[in-house]
Amino acid sequence: MKRFTITIAAAVLTLGLAGCDENEQKAENTEPAAPQASSTNTFEEVKARGVLQCGINTGLAGFAYTDDNGKWAGFDVAYCRALAAAVLGDPDKVKYVNLTGKNRFPALASGEIDVLSRNTTWTFSRDVKLGFTFVGVSYYDGQGFIGRKKLGVKSAKELDGASICIQTGTTTELNLADFFRVNKIKYEPVPIETNEEARKAYLAERCDVYTTDASGLAATKSTFADADKHMVFPEIISKEPLGPLVRQGDDAWADIARWTLNALINAEEYGVTSANIDEMLKGTKNPEINRMLGTEGSLGEMLGLPKDWAVKALKAGGNYGEIFDRYLGEKTPLGLSRGLNALWSNGGILYAPPMR
Amino acid sequence: MSSPKDTPNVYTAARPPPAASVGLIGWLRQNLFSSFSNTILTLVSIYLLSLAIPAVLDWAFWSSQVSGDNRFDCKVEGACWAWLDQRLGQFLFGFYPDGERWRVILAFVLLFAALLPWLTTGVPGQRYLRWFSIAYPFIATVLLAGGFGLEQVPTDKFGGFMLNLIVGLSGIVLSLPVGILLALGRQSKLPLIRWLCIGFIEAVRGVPLITLLFVSNILLPIFLPPDVTLDSIIRVIIMVTAFASAYMAEVIRGGLQAIPSGQYEAANALGLNYWRSMRLIVLPQALRISIPGIVNTFIGLFKDTTLVIVIGLFDILGIANAMVSNPDWLGLSTETYVFVAVFFFVVCFSMSRYSMWLERRLSGQRH
Repeated sequence: MKRFTITIAAAVLTLGLAGCDENEQKAENTEPAAPQASSTNTFEEVKARGVLQCGINTGLAGFAYTDDNGKWAGFDVAYCRALAAAVLGDPDKVKYVNLTGKNRFPALASGEIDVLSRNTTWTFSRDVKLGFTFVGVSYYDGQGFIGRKKLGVKSAKELDGASICIQTGTTTELNLADFFRVNKIKYEPVPIETNEEARKAYLAERCDVYTTDASGLAATKSTFADADKHMVFPEIISKEPLGPLVRQGDDAWADIARWTLNALINAEEYGVTSANIDEMLKGTKNPEINRMLGTEGSLGEMLGLPKDWAVKALKAGGNYGEIFDRYLGEKTPLGLSRGLNALWSNGGILYAPPMR
Repeated sequence: MSSPKDTPNVYTAARPPPAASVGLIGWLRQNLFSSFSNTILTLVSIYLLSLAIPAVLDWAFWSSQVSGDNRFDCKVEGACWAWLDQRLGQFLFGFYPDGERWRVILAFVLLFAALLPWLTTGVPGQRYLRWFSIAYPFIATVLLAGGFGLEQVPTDKFGGFMLNLIVGLSGIVLSLPVGILLALGRQSKLPLIRWLCIGFIEAVRGVPLITLLFVSNILLPIFLPPDVTLDSIIRVIIMVTAFASAYMAEVIRGGLQAIPSGQYEAANALGLNYWRSMRLIVLPQALRISIPGIVNTFIGLFKDTTLVIVIGLFDILGIANAMVSNPDWLGLSTETYVFVAVFFFVVCFSMSRYSMWLERRLSGQRH
C-alpha cells in the first residue's frame, strides 16, 4: 500500500512537469516530496525473476545507445551488465527499460525497475525528498562551453557580450545566469529546445558559444567536420555527479548496487582488468585484491552473493577504467579525457572505499 | 439587296478554339499565367523551386554516400546513408529477432488481404475475405507474438515502423466503431448514456495524448491486481483508441447533425426501429459527409504513434534517436529524420488519396 501511495505521488507530480521541456540531467527543484520506505526485498525479487530490470536512457551518446545488432551499449548500460553479473551471474540477464527524463523517477518508485542507471545527477532533493538512495558517483560531469577558436577567447570569463545557445527550461539555464552574474558579464541567450537543435544553431553561427554538460559537448564536438576550429573552454560551472540510484529503504539492495560500483572502481586502482583477472584469481600478494575476488575472506557472503560476485561483475565489461575507455575515452569518437573521473591516485577524484 | 430570308442557312463546321486556349499552351495560360499577379507568382515559384530541388537532390543523391561502416567513412558533402545497410532492419522491425522477421512480413502481406474487402468492392471472393478479416487480428497476434509452435517474441522486442503500423492500424480500426457509438450516444435520449458519452469525450479531449500514455504506463498497473499485467503495447493501443475515438465521435456528430431531420422522420415513418434507421438511413449519409474529417483523424492518429517513446517503446523515430546516440553515427539526425519522414509521408498520403477516391465514388451514389 505504501508503494502504491508513493508511486501515485511521484507519477502525479511528474505529470505536472509533463509540460516542461525534458531535461536530461538536471534537478527539477520543484520535484515532489515522496517520503518512502519500501519494505520489499528487491534482491529476492531479482533473484526470483532471474532478470535485472535496469532503467537507462532512450539514447544518449556514450551512455546508452544501440549497436548495429540492436543491442544496448554504453557507459550506463555497462553498469547494468556488471550488476546483473554480480547478482545473477550473467551480464546478459538484464531487461533494459528505456526512460525519459519525465518517467524515470516514477518508474523507479513504482518498482518497474530495480535500479536506475540513467545519467542522473545526485542532488539533495532527489536523495532526500524523492526518497531514493544514490549508491555512488559513476561519472563527474559539469556544465561547460564550446566556442569557435576564431573568437580569440581562451576562457568563459572573457565571453562578455557573447550570444550563447542554451536549452530552455533546464538548470543549465540557471547555472549560466548564476555564473555570469557572479562574474559580472553580460550575455545574450539564444533559447533552443533540444540538444540537436542547439548543435545545428551553433554550426549555423546563430550563437558564438554553446553550453551544456561537458560529456554532451564532447559528443557534439565529435560531430563537427572542422572540430579543430572549435574549443571547449576550461571552465566547468556546475557540479553534475551522475550515478546509479535505487529505492530508499532497501538497504541490502543498495549495498549490492553500491559495492558493485565500488568494485569496478577499486579493480582499476588495484590493477585488476578483464585481461588479467584469471591470473589474479590464482592468488596475489595483495590481500585487498584477494578479498575482492573472493579468494580470501567472505565479502560476497556478507552481501548475500556468491564468493565470485566481483569476478563476474569485472568479467562483464572490465574495470571502471576499461568501461570508461570503451565508451567515453580518448580512443572513442567522444574523446573524453578522464579529468575529474581519473582515480584519486592519478589526479582525479574517483575514490572508492576499501574492500575489507 | 436580298432579304435575309433568301439566304439559305449554311452550317459551317465549328472552328477550332484559338490555339492559345488548348493544349499545353492553353493549360499554362489558364493555370499558371491567367493574370498579371498569377504570372509573377508562377515565376517566383519556379525560381524558388529551381533553387531548392537541385540542392535537395544533390544532397540526397548525387553527392551522398551509401557505403561505409561508420560516419567517419563518409567523406562527402551530401547525405551519409551508410547506416542504412546495417540499420534498415532496426528501423523496420525494432529489436525483433533476425530469424523471425519473416513473420512480420507475412503479417504485413496478409494485412492487405484483410483490409481489401472493406476498402473497396468487386474483390473476388469478397465474402470469404471478410471472414478472413475478422480472423486477421488473431492470426496477426499469433504471427507477431508467437504461440502455436512459433517462437514466443516478447512485445518489448517490437519496434521500428512495425510498431507504428501495429499501434496506428489498431487505433484506426477500433476508433471508428467506438467513435460512432460515442457520437450516437451523445445524441441519445437516455440521459445516463448521453452524460457518460459526453463525459468521456470531453475528458479525453481535454488531456494531451502524451499524458494519457504516461498514465497508462505508470498509473494503470497500480489499479490492476498485482498479478495482472497488461502488456504495454496493449495499453498503448487502448489509450490511442480512446483518444482517437473521442475526436472521431465529434467528427461523426458533425455528420449526423448535417442530415436533415426529414431523413430521421422518414425512417420513423417507415416503421424502422432506432438501430435499423441509423444503419440504413442516417449513418450511411452521415459517414459519407464525414469522410474528410474521419481520415483527418486517422492521419493525426498515425503520426501520434511516435509519442510511444515517452513510455520507452521504440517506434521508428525512437530507433532513429537511439541510433544517432551511437558514437559511430552521431550527428546524422538530418538523414534519419528525412528517412523516417518518407515512411510517414507514404502512409499518410495514401490514406488521403484513398479518402478522395472514396468520396468521388460515393458522390455518384447520392439521391
